[in-house]
Amino acid sequence: MDPSALLAVGQTALELGLICSLTVLALFLSYSMLNVCDLSTDGCFTLGAAVGAMVAAAGHPLLSVPAAMLAGVCSGFVTAVLQTKLGIDSLLAGIIVNTGLYSVNIAVMSGSSLVNLNKKDTVFTMAKDLLAGTPLEGQYTAVVAALAVVLTVAFLTLFLNTRLGLAIRATGNNPDMVRSSSINPVFTTVVGLCVANAFTGLSGCLMAQSQKSAEINIGSGMVTIALASLLIGTTLLGRGSILVRAVGMVLGAFIFRMVYAVALRLDMPAFMLKLVSSVIVALAISVPYLKQQWPTIRRRLFYKKAAAVRGGN
Amino acid sequence: MLNITHISKTFNPGTVNEKKAITDLSLHLAPGDFVTIIGSNGAGKSTLFNAVAGSFLTDSGSIVLDGQDVTFMPEFRRAKSIGRLFQDPMRGSAPGMTIEENLALAAGSGGWFSHMGQKDRKRFWDRLALLDMGLEDRMKQPVGLLSGGQRQALTLLMATMNPPKLLLLDEHTAALDPGTAEKVLKITREVVAEHRITTMMVTHNMNQALELGNRTLMMDGGNIVLDISGKEREDLTVRDLLEKFKANAGKALDNDRILLS
Repeated sequence: MDPSALLAVGQTALELGLICSLTVLALFLSYSMLNVCDLSTDGCFTLGAAVGAMVAAAGHPLLSVPAAMLAGVCSGFVTAVLQTKLGIDSLLAGIIVNTGLYSVNIAVMSGSSLVNLNKKDTVFTMAKDLLAGTPLEGQYTAVVAALAVVLTVAFLTLFLNTRLGLAIRATGNNPDMVRSSSINPVFTTVVGLCVANAFTGLSGCLMAQSQKSAEINIGSGMVTIALASLLIGTTLLGRGSILVRAVGMVLGAFIFRMVYAVALRLDMPAFMLKLVSSVIVALAISVPYLKQQWPTIRRRLFYKKAAAVRGGN
Repeated sequence: MLNITHISKTFNPGTVNEKKAITDLSLHLAPGDFVTIIGSNGAGKSTLFNAVAGSFLTDSGSIVLDGQDVTFMPEFRRAKSIGRLFQDPMRGSAPGMTIEENLALAAGSGGWFSHMGQKDRKRFWDRLALLDMGLEDRMKQPVGLLSGGQRQALTLLMATMNPPKLLLLDEHTAALDPGTAEKVLKITREVVAEHRITTMMVTHNMNQALELGNRTLMMDGGNIVLDISGKEREDLTVRDLLEKFKANAGKALDNDRILLS
């Protein structure tokens, strides 16, 4: 692979990695902190893309960002209420919302499964105009995405160290202790999921605008891809302060995209992305478990062998 | 301080597993009372604590804490005035968070968006130093790294950070080794005395039951069968206590973990 091709690969990986890292940061809050595996992520990502694209297509590219985030908050709120107030298992709550969002998303895109943003103003075209003539001229996608990531990381670092943030972290860690600190774990779960899904929505919004179209399947498999990135990030920078761990999430998203981009260059067909992310998630979660089980497994294997020897005599 | 009138609690009512855990129990505690509670297995000691703390609502009766009716108040609201320690030292703190983060959450000062400041850290440092366990120099370490005894001491500190109106201790030293248990008990005594906290403590150590506090309750079959305080309690020995229990409950004290000495 020649250097210029590698640079192009790195460029794409950087842009996609930054945009997707917003979803990874959302899961960092819901999955790592709140201990809830939010399976509505796919639908929420698409919702952000759809809302963002519609608002941008209507001529308000700047407004599209808060609109997409607000849509994410609403989706997160529904997921949270289903699991805290209506007795629905948290995984099932996510699946239910995800399914429902499919219809909602098509309705948002006025009955179509695709919104085209060609020749429309987006936050990226605005940045392109703004950066014209500066050294960052060709990097407008990365600049916008990086700005969003930096703001999100800064927000999370501040937020997770406030009293509310501590309470959210404790909810995922030991809900009994949250109750005994006279804080309602229902409240912390609702707030946590709302904030997390705001970032998922933002991620979808930026993704759609960067590729100049939103389509109904833009978010499919996103939760697995983001989890894969999250687990890579946790392996690299899983300990330390919230800031370090959040940076690890961004790094994880970038590395995941980089590996994937290189694999594409090595003639891996594009449709393999989701299988690769599934395998990464399955391995990342099962390997530590198997490592822990290994002494028992080994003992049983040897035990059987020894028994065979004994029995043979 | 605490007024419990005619509360009852039945688990799985109407099924073969029906269990009348508390039957028509009434209890009045004066401010500053330190009550020790002993009883057989399944006597309803923990159920009583759960009912007072609000882990579940009672089937009948009322619970009034310091003039406020808390009968239907959810657990997390009652926690403002009730501190509680369990036998399991892991239950009271979040292992994935640092010592100072746990304390900050328990201290609960400031609004939702307040950050821990140097002043808070200094306060936590001072309180931790009182434990004499070296925890004050490990404030940035996750609680998961602490031993059971250290965690229980920390939980005690968290529960009394803002002195509660009522402190519930459910065999909180039972899972600790004797040395650590002694230490945690000493801290308990000091904290309770310092703030004159009304306290209820379940124990299976008969000596402890007579030695600590100013009043001893014995429970059996979901009710209080013996309530001793004052002069009568001062002169009581463990042997007397067992005999009294037998006389009142109509059977010998049957607790598989009871410590007589």
